[in-house]
Amino acid sequence: MSARRVLGWLAVIAVIAGLGAGFGLAPREEVQGNVQRIMYIHVPSVLTAYLAFGLVFLGSAGYLLTKRPGWDRLAAAAAEIGVLFTGVFIASGSIWGRPTWGVWWTWDARLTSTAVLFLVYLGYLLLRGMVEEPDARARYAAVVGILGAVNIPIVHFSVYWWRALHQPATILTPGKAPLSSALALPLAVNWVAFTLLFAYFLARRMEIARLEDEGA
Amino acid sequence: MTAYARRAWIVLWKDLLAERRSKENVNALLFFSILLLLLFEFALGPDRERLRAAMPGLLWLGFILAGLLGLGRSFMIERANDCWEGLRLAPGDKSAIYLGKLAGNIVLMTAVELVLIALFGFFYEVDLGPVAGPLAVVLVLGTIGLAAVGTLFAAMTAQVRARELLFPVLLLPVQVPLLLATVSLTQAVLSGQPLFESRHWLQLLAVADLVYVVIGLLTFEFILDA
Repeated sequence: MSARRVLGWLAVIAVIAGLGAGFGLAPREEVQGNVQRIMYIHVPSVLTAYLAFGLVFLGSAGYLLTKRPGWDRLAAAAAEIGVLFTGVFIASGSIWGRPTWGVWWTWDARLTSTAVLFLVYLGYLLLRGMVEEPDARARYAAVVGILGAVNIPIVHFSVYWWRALHQPATILTPGKAPLSSALALPLAVNWVAFTLLFAYFLARRMEIARLEDEGA
Repeated sequence: MTAYARRAWIVLWKDLLAERRSKENVNALLFFSILLLLLFEFALGPDRERLRAAMPGLLWLGFILAGLLGLGRSFMIERANDCWEGLRLAPGDKSAIYLGKLAGNIVLMTAVELVLIALFGFFYEVDLGPVAGPLAVVLVLGTIGLAAVGTLFAAMTAQVRARELLFPVLLLPVQVPLLLATVSLTQAVLSGQPLFESRHWLQLLAVADLVYVVIGLLTFEFILDA
């Protein structure tokens, strides 16, 4: 079995273990009830998304410095998966928010700043789709990938202060549920599962991109 | 004057001269700004208090929309007569070209913004005299950030099909922090608060400006390459 297959099966096992831990092992949270279990998807997905955007930055800088297409494939693959996990984060936050806050969407600082990142990297993918020449595509995308990553802390602080101005910070956010060890362990299992899944997706996507490049 | 500064200056001077002679961008942008002002008025109704409350947001929305048009065009002039080749063949560090283009865009945007602010003050009866100083600080910091990313992305999208679509789609999400900071600051300034009280926003703007300009300087050569 190739290393990638092993990684894939490890990811499957970890995701099953994560689901088991989140729905079976973890106790029912007293205040929020079963709704709180969405945290086991919500928090790992955003951690994975940030990891992905970090890799977009790394791949982008690597490409501009070395001009090796492998770096560009890393950035492109990480961006796609990062957008996917950001989407999962926003959707799960929204589903969690409906029974908890009574609304599908609220301009909570964390949801808002992640939504902005979602748009930044969607723009990145759009740009990639519109430039045909591979070298130009890689160079332009790298510039956007670097700017997008460096912008993350700026977006974070600006959105946080903006919310602090309009309404007091929300006490109940998915990530801020009181974390006893009974909740922390399932969360850790899911975090490992999501990271493995991400690594598998990344390896797969980069391999496909490499084959596409060779075929072209 | 060092050779680097001279090269940046030449690009700036060329752009300003071309603009002075054609007045293409300035005229169209001023007309567009007046149109925006009317549209805001129609969209929100004639209630003066409501308009005044919305003014900081409308003002910066106006600047950004005008910026989308003005900045987006800033490299179109280079596409005619093989000017792009000329820029690429220019000797020395390519970031000097970025600096010159950025300076030209800042001058253009500032001119449009000053007129738009004066019109807003006139139509919505806001006395801008006493707050002119702090407002100018916010205006300068906001314009630098907007133009820094705008110039970089304009150079990129000038070479891409669907340029008109891609430029705003790339620029707007990146500019969200700038919009939040400048609108909050403008709100504070117009309500008579001293700038010192919102210094965290000023710091954020200054840091963002610095980061955007440095990234522009570092990466511009990769965009100019074709």
